[in-house]
Amino acid sequence: MDQIKLQYFGEKFNELQSSNPDAFLSRLRKEGFSNFSDKGLPTHKNEEWKYSGASVSNLFHKEYKLTEDKNQLPVMKDDIDEMRLPGFENANELVFVNGKFVVELSAIRSSSEQIVIMPLEEAENGDYKEIVKEHLGKSNLFINDGIHALNTSFIYGGVFIYVNKKQEVTNPVYLYHILDAGDNHILSQPRSLVFIDERSKLQIVESYKTIGSMDSFTNEVFEIVVNKDAILEYYKIQNDKTTASQVATTHVRQIGKSFAHTLVISLNGGTIRNNTNIIMEAAGNEAHMYGLYLLKGKSHVDNHTLVDNKMPNCFSNELYKGVIDGSATGVFSGKIFVRPDAQKTNAYQSNNNILLSDNASVNSKPQLEIYADDVKCSHGCTVGRLDEEALFYLRARGISKEHAQAMLLQAFASNIVEQIKIEPLREYAEELITERLSEVNTEE
Amino acid sequence: MLSIKNLHASVEGKEILKGINLEVKAGEVHAIMGPNGSGKSTLASVLAGREEYEVTDGSVKFLGKDILELSPEDRAREGLFLAFQYPVEIPGVSTVNFIKTALNEKRKYHGEEPLDAVSFMKLMKEKMNLVEIDKSLLTRSINEGFSGGEKKKNEIFQMAMLEPKLTILDETDSGLDIDALRIVASGVNKLRDENRAIIVITHYQRLLDYLQPDFVHVLLNGKIVKNGTKELALELEEKGYDFIKEEQNVTSAI
Repeated sequence: MDQIKLQYFGEKFNELQSSNPDAFLSRLRKEGFSNFSDKGLPTHKNEEWKYSGASVSNLFHKEYKLTEDKNQLPVMKDDIDEMRLPGFENANELVFVNGKFVVELSAIRSSSEQIVIMPLEEAENGDYKEIVKEHLGKSNLFINDGIHALNTSFIYGGVFIYVNKKQEVTNPVYLYHILDAGDNHILSQPRSLVFIDERSKLQIVESYKTIGSMDSFTNEVFEIVVNKDAILEYYKIQNDKTTASQVATTHVRQIGKSFAHTLVISLNGGTIRNNTNIIMEAAGNEAHMYGLYLLKGKSHVDNHTLVDNKMPNCFSNELYKGVIDGSATGVFSGKIFVRPDAQKTNAYQSNNNILLSDNASVNSKPQLEIYADDVKCSHGCTVGRLDEEALFYLRARGISKEHAQAMLLQAFASNIVEQIKIEPLREYAEELITERLSEVNTEE
Repeated sequence: MLSIKNLHASVEGKEILKGINLEVKAGEVHAIMGPNGSGKSTLASVLAGREEYEVTDGSVKFLGKDILELSPEDRAREGLFLAFQYPVEIPGVSTVNFIKTALNEKRKYHGEEPLDAVSFMKLMKEKMNLVEIDKSLLTRSINEGFSGGEKKKNEIFQMAMLEPKLTILDETDSGLDIDALRIVASGVNKLRDENRAIIVITHYQRLLDYLQPDFVHVLLNGKIVKNGTKELALELEEKGYDFIKEEQNVTSAI
């Protein structure tokens, strides 16, 4: 880790600590910063960062500005309007600017009996103190690399969301992350916590938009706790500029027998690393994880997933699919742990890729670590070209090559997109993907 | 309509077609018969524009155009239709959407407006009855999980929808039971008229019993070695291909 960077982050860290002396958060940050100082940014020498370490540490050669004062942000209403997602009329719209939750720009449409949405610090100092103390920072036990620690060092300004018991929240939560890179390269580090209590349901959608010509880097950690008989649906759409990079961790803990459904769509961006973790802390949990990455240019998208089966009778199914064009790179690394107590685990994983150009590449790595003897686990991975026979069949009926390719690619992507259960959002994603795939032009 | 002159084609450097000559006029039905490996399916593939086949010599004119210069999709839009020997299963692409796209791309090529939803459904219903295909098949992904007979029926249905000038049936009879064969053949017969031509590629007589070809050609080792009428097919059915091979040997000995 270069000394100047460490010094810059150290100064910022000290400023944050002295202006926000809250004991619990200070302690978390302190641990984070100490870990970050030890480890620095991940490099390709770290096995978990074999394919993405180099590009992430390269990105940090430039100077990012960390913004700490959320009151001086020049974000306009227009910027927000532009990034509103379909279905917003019925959504709780939470606006983040450079990683900080801005209450004044947000619109909460659900009743407070159903859902409580407030700045993280407020929750930690008020009625939700116990929940925050018990659940914030648990992801640190699973991801102990420097970049995760860097996020922890600067926990401040995130959102806290609590869904009361027996509440099926019909208004989804849309998180809009606006990155204002007009004058400086911006480092945004949102850290938020969601707790869905017993027998409740919540749908969460995240999206990102960088404004301005400088670079943005989002280093996000989102911790979600799902209690007994609760349902989580989590969607993330990454469709930002090529100057926008990310390391985004979604850490889901199913602490009671519950249901989780996650879906990550990556369409545009610079270097993107998604960590999607499901921790099965109770028996009988069920989780479905989906991912779709359509890459072109020099994009680099790395999906790391973890399903950690700690208790018996859990079910998980993962399906990640990618279409990689240009000189883009896709990475999939899927880890499944089955701990000794996790008998009768069912865990399935599949990763399918289509390469459209000679310079496109993908690295796919399943990792199963099984310490129980009565389990069903499987994994599969394919990497290939478009099916030439199918392409010829369509063309032989008069469909142009470009159109035939788009039809086949859409068919390939369709069983992921149809897993979006928020209808206007699904239609929106279908449109984005159709538009995107009709641009595809395979090299001869 | 179709004029093939001295057609030579090879795949991976191996010559399969060694000088084919064939003239097909509107309204005619030609049968091309021959043993395995004689080049029948290669001929179909070359005509439809499969890219792995390289044409090394000769010409193919279709309705006055040099079709070897055209992409597979343009050949189809000009009115050439290949009924596949092995129709491809394409999960995730609905049959209806596929046919609609194909039909409208063809119409666009000819400067026509796309069919509106109502006219398309009407046309589809009419053609479905013609080939006795079940509607439930068409709402599914292309050929996915179809039986052999259903796949072949789907080919004939597509033919009916696209109304090609020239249809090549590439071993459409293979793998069909008697009932399916009858339905497929009667579908083809209903689509015959004086403006259209059909080339039937087959091993066997049984499809020809229904289709009654005007001409029969025997393909052997990449060349058409014998031309005749439907009686030739019957003779082949009775005697097998050996007698032609013997004739050939005699000819080459002379």
